Amino acid sequence: MVMKVISADHAVAHGARLARVEVVPAFPITPQTLIVELIAEFINDGELDADFLPVESEHSAMSAAIGACAGGARAFTATSSQGLALMHEMLYAAPQNRLPVVMVNVNRSLGAASGIWVEYNDSMPERESGWLQVYIEDNQEALDMVIQAYRIAEDRGVMLPMMVCLDGFVLSHTVERVDFPDQQLVDSFLPKFKPLYVLDPDEPVTMNPITPPEYAMEMRYQLHQAVDESKLVIEKVDREYGALTGRAYGGLIDTYQMEDAEIALIALGTVTSTARVVVDHLRSKGKKVGLVKLRFLRPFPSDELRSIAKNLKALGVFDRSVSFNGFGPVFTETRNALYHLGIPLTNHVAGIGGRDVTFEEVREMFSVIEENAKGHRVKECHWHGLRGGS
Amino acid sequence: MVTKEIKTIKDLPRDDYLTRGHGACPGCGVAIAVKNIARVLGKDTIVYVPASCLIVFSALYPASAFKWPFFYTAFENTGAVISGIKAALKRRGKEVTVVGMAGDGGTFDIGLQALSGAAERNEDVVYVCLDNEAYMNTGIQRSGATPFGAWTTTSPIGKKVQGKREFKKDIDAIVAAHNIPYMATLSIAHPNDFVRKVQKAKSESGFRFLHVLCPCVPGWRSEASKSVAIARLAVETGMWILYEVDHGVEKLTYKPKTLVPVREYLQLQGRFRHMSEEDVEKLQTWICERWKHQFYEEVPVPPCKIEEAKKALIIDEDPLHGP
Repeated sequence: MVMKVISADHAVAHGARLARVEVVPAFPITPQTLIVELIAEFINDGELDADFLPVESEHSAMSAAIGACAGGARAFTATSSQGLALMHEMLYAAPQNRLPVVMVNVNRSLGAASGIWVEYNDSMPERESGWLQVYIEDNQEALDMVIQAYRIAEDRGVMLPMMVCLDGFVLSHTVERVDFPDQQLVDSFLPKFKPLYVLDPDEPVTMNPITPPEYAMEMRYQLHQAVDESKLVIEKVDREYGALTGRAYGGLIDTYQMEDAEIALIALGTVTSTARVVVDHLRSKGKKVGLVKLRFLRPFPSDELRSIAKNLKALGVFDRSVSFNGFGPVFTETRNALYHLGIPLTNHVAGIGGRDVTFEEVREMFSVIEENAKGHRVKECHWHGLRGGS
Repeated sequence: MVTKEIKTIKDLPRDDYLTRGHGACPGCGVAIAVKNIARVLGKDTIVYVPASCLIVFSALYPASAFKWPFFYTAFENTGAVISGIKAALKRRGKEVTVVGMAGDGGTFDIGLQALSGAAERNEDVVYVCLDNEAYMNTGIQRSGATPFGAWTTTSPIGKKVQGKREFKKDIDAIVAAHNIPYMATLSIAHPNDFVRKVQKAKSESGFRFLHVLCPCVPGWRSEASKSVAIARLAVETGMWILYEVDHGVEKLTYKPKTLVPVREYLQLQGRFRHMSEEDVEKLQTWICERWKHQFYEEVPVPPCKIEEAKKALIIDEDPLHGP
């Protein structure tokens, strides 16, 4: 087994290399660029047998990836922020055509108050597109999840595209130790892509004709079901990968110190690591706190969350994006899932525009959750680390 | 399989890949163009169609009039999707012609970026622009391909402004400027020239661009039976120039003996019936200058010398023929 100290972007590129991706249409955008630069190097050095398409926009990157996947090739691309927004239209073609494209989105803020730093308001609005979405905590998970993503996406019961989301700069440009699985091991785990339908003159098919109301609704329903059913595949693939490499991530959801927890925080992305340290610290003071690492936003692990949370006295939800005049999207999803359990819930918005999420802020989140558990009156939605206070 | 080179219309195979049963209007230039292009390109072809009339009349679930593998996703991405399809097919070791068939909106306007990207990368694909000179699928709105003076629903005949005030975008010059192996303009009224150019595009590799003028009965306010005649007049008047750029060598492939005055072309179409004398002159001057600019060597006598009796453009009172 090879071990290297690399950034998460480079871990992703190695993941794509090990997954033997075949067509990589790409357009540069910060902080994603390191991914496609390294893939271009792999191809030009002969370390990866793939076609690199240096397209002229992210819209074209997604279009070409969809075309390549429809043509029967394993397609990969990566993007961030404005680039993902430019792809928005094309994102919808992949799930509806059941094309298992894998894309890494390096999360970055979008629009005015423009910045290149992490925020989830680029990928969160795409929950409605039919793409599966996983959020990554560290560099090892970034590499492993690209490989897992193809197994999940290309599973005959799934056949859906998958977005692997990782925190801009906090993860994308931070170096960590990463173990590389052997190529033979990856090959045994991830067989060659076998498309369900493919554009081929020997067996002509019409893909994506205009679909009148008599048929479109059933097609949407099938997609709805496929997203739902991908849960089982995600769990199965993670277990199998764990058995092969010793690294499983809990599938849809992971927990930390939840066995006897009375209050807990749901976190995703790199803040999960910060929260783990805070949980240890609070536990050392005798507080029964726990942490839920939410990995997948689509499919959303409603049932799993319910069984984890059912005995809690209060639960907080971290969000790195916000629906203006509403709550963070993770909070909204969580409240939908847990509504009838009647657990007191609070929303904790932090790290907006790439602002650091500190230990102190996570401690503050837990103290709000604790107050809520005691039945004290607390605000439903807190902004942490806001200058001037929330 | 031995494939015979198709030089004239007599060599054209009878097997259709755009079959009967499609829903195009009678006299549709797009249907005529696609059917004949398909006959030349033959079986081993994959077609991508962006948002356009063609998708609606050829592939409406659960039916399809294409015997080729067919794909559609959006409006502006023909150049990109065909690049991806070709990359995949190449990896699978399949010798396949990948063709994108876009309208003028999907080529001149919203699709220009993806077209330029694919041309610049010299992707090994055929790009066909089916030019009916407006957004016909959405109901006749002006595009960058709409000629000067034409009525459309977004260049209406107002009290102050009548018809489109801008001249047709020279997409062929833009595409040719990418130094691609082959580009050509085609007319459904010149079948031998038509099939020869499609055959040439088929046998080349790299980015190939075919631009076909496709008369549109509802959009041009014309008679279904006149589509081919109108396409011929477009060439004879210089509104449509048949030429090709083969590896950088530009060549006229059909030269009218003398240019017919543009008025003859305009008066068969209701979309021009409102045009003032002044506007007709303006369009005629544009045609002449374009010929002089591009083909001066081949047209020593500027065709603007043509003097013709001035006739009104109105042809009849049929409401179909005018806005």
